[in-house]
Amino acid sequence: MNKEGDLDSEEPKLENLTLLVTLFNKVKKICCIVRKGTGIYMTDTDEMMTPHRKKALSLSLIPGLGQIYNRQLLKGFAFLILTISFIVAFKDLLNMGLWGIVTLGEELPRDHSIFLMVEGIIAIIVLLFGLSIYALNLFDAYENGKKRDKGLQLNSIREQYRNVVDTGFPYLMLSPGVFLLIFVVIFPILFVILMAFTNYDLYHSPPAKLVDWIGIQNFIDIFKLDLWRETFISVFSWTVIWTFVATTIQITIGVFLAVLLNQKDLMFKKLFRTILILPWAIPAFVSILVFAGMFNVTFGTINNDILALFGIDAIPWQTNPFWAKVALILIQSWLGFPFIFAMVTGILQSIPEELYEAATVDGASIWQKFRTITLPMILFAIAPILITQYTFNFNNFNVIFLFNGGGPPVPGQTAGSTDILISWIYSLTLESKQYAKAAAITMVLSVIVISVALWQFRRTKSFQEEDMM
Amino acid sequence: MSIRKQKIIRLTLSYIVIIIAAAIVIYPVLWIVGSSLNPGNSLSGSSMIPKKATFIHYKELFDLEKSNYLLWYWNTLKICTITMILSVTMIALMGYSFSRYRFIGRKNGLMTFLILQMIPNFAALIAIYVLAVQTKLIDTHLALILLYTGGLLPMNTWLAKGYFDTIPKELDESARMDGAGHFRIFWQIIMPLAKPILAVIALFSFITPFADFILAKIILRSEDKYTLAVGLYNLVAKQFGAEFTKFAAGAVLIAIPIALLFLSLQRYLISGLTAGGTKG
Repeated sequence: MNKEGDLDSEEPKLENLTLLVTLFNKVKKICCIVRKGTGIYMTDTDEMMTPHRKKALSLSLIPGLGQIYNRQLLKGFAFLILTISFIVAFKDLLNMGLWGIVTLGEELPRDHSIFLMVEGIIAIIVLLFGLSIYALNLFDAYENGKKRDKGLQLNSIREQYRNVVDTGFPYLMLSPGVFLLIFVVIFPILFVILMAFTNYDLYHSPPAKLVDWIGIQNFIDIFKLDLWRETFISVFSWTVIWTFVATTIQITIGVFLAVLLNQKDLMFKKLFRTILILPWAIPAFVSILVFAGMFNVTFGTINNDILALFGIDAIPWQTNPFWAKVALILIQSWLGFPFIFAMVTGILQSIPEELYEAATVDGASIWQKFRTITLPMILFAIAPILITQYTFNFNNFNVIFLFNGGGPPVPGQTAGSTDILISWIYSLTLESKQYAKAAAITMVLSVIVISVALWQFRRTKSFQEEDMM
Repeated sequence: MSIRKQKIIRLTLSYIVIIIAAAIVIYPVLWIVGSSLNPGNSLSGSSMIPKKATFIHYKELFDLEKSNYLLWYWNTLKICTITMILSVTMIALMGYSFSRYRFIGRKNGLMTFLILQMIPNFAALIAIYVLAVQTKLIDTHLALILLYTGGLLPMNTWLAKGYFDTIPKELDESARMDGAGHFRIFWQIIMPLAKPILAVIALFSFITPFADFILAKIILRSEDKYTLAVGLYNLVAKQFGAEFTKFAAGAVLIAIPIALLFLSLQRYLISGLTAGGTKG
């Protein structure tokens, strides 16, 4: 192809045509890949090409013309009208949006950087949508051209209608959900990503000021400026410790109690199980607020009643960083173990009795039975759930914020001493209006969560399911 | 040491551990119930079992002039119910099309859902806040409902898809032979069979917004629009301790109905969660 291209380029008249052919071949390759992806094997090669498909495809560069060439007038005009109305309807939005997202506004008070950014994202989404329709148009023209080359009858209008209904139905069903997802889930994520590369904060805040792109300056600041770096490191290390300690404790307690309560000769099992599941049944925000009261230094029951009972002096649960952390881990253990407990109880009841009987015959001790039968069975069944427990606690805003608001505060830092990443992001956003920095930290946090998640579902069934391939 | 003796020791130890665990679980519940019955506004100097138990704080909460509590309850129930209806409808439609149709973009769509499911929807906290302010959706229930519904979609669509996959495809095909259209097959053949999973999803999508604090805290500004979570938090945060008994009564009134609902439907929840866990 390259050789031919070089030769042709010497003749200026042919240059355009060559370009077209190159483009066409690229599109064809893409089509080929798409079709291979859908499992249809493509038999014909370049040599078999006859003019119809080529012409239809190149005419389709203006949507609709290819279809008209294929004598599918209705479809062709539909594409044409769709294209024109798309251009007319979205011309301003695309123009304005793309300009806005590149410049983020040039002149005050006319331009509002954040609006421009929002418009820009919408423009890109609309553009992507338009391009996919365009690709569909090319694909359709090429397909029907090929049919003509092979001398096949093209679909009549009635057949086309049926076709549209049949292939369109799943899209129709998906559209409300996907539309909502795009606007309330994907859109904000894109917005955060963009925001991380701007200087949007209290001092650069529309409508009074413009926001500018500053590249990766925020990330550099977080890792280079002493104030930010120290805060980031201390918050991050506490987040990691918190995640591992709190989650591991709640899992251990849950598994332990479930195994303990699964002994055959134990009485009142049902009653105990109901009691132990209570912390899961009560909404977490209620329990955490109650705990905040219980750990309160002046009137809380932990200091006044329980510790006093054992003759221990009052502990400053909410003002001393160390004790605040201990309290948080205790609270999360209380909140989190019932879930694991319930899961494991279900699994234990499904382990066949014969396994234990066989082990008993072989003379295994209780501990051996637990280690070689019970534990592997439990771990195998709940492994995916365990990982979500860790990611859940990594982002467990509620317990941190409701217990003590991330406090007690640390002098010279923007984060309190029990703040984890997500609650730090919260206070950066709502209290100190450091939007751009908060966005950059969110990205760091998301990268961590997503890589754990990806690692996880490489291992889950759904990833290996045949119809995913 | 005889086997019998061993057994007695094992059981006694087990009972001791279990009873301690049960006591730790029960204690905060008893404490908060005790506090709510305490006369006076603060707890200082009171004991866990109040000498003069009173229901005055409950009465205060039900007094519309003195407290917004009933309003918060109403707001929460409203938001949860609408979220539930919206998300069950969308999830059923999406799960069905992912399970039954093979279309361009299906595999990528499923992958996207799998990834989105892993990102908590408050990860985009800042964006949600800024966008809500800019679009004037801040301080509206609509914003919350849309956010909750959107957040529920990815995971539960997987759940629904997994269940639809287990309904034999022959049913659809024979209905198609008999001339039923796409929508009719979905509505009259598949939906009745999918009731169990839809019930689980409905339960999830009711409880999730009920238990949420962070999104409601970001979006809601005026006190008469609060949900229970934000309202209760403000009751404590405003002047901690000063109105603690009132807060306690409010907490009890939330915990009891939800815990009862939860305990009675627990079996379904667990089945749903295990399905979700092994499936994705």
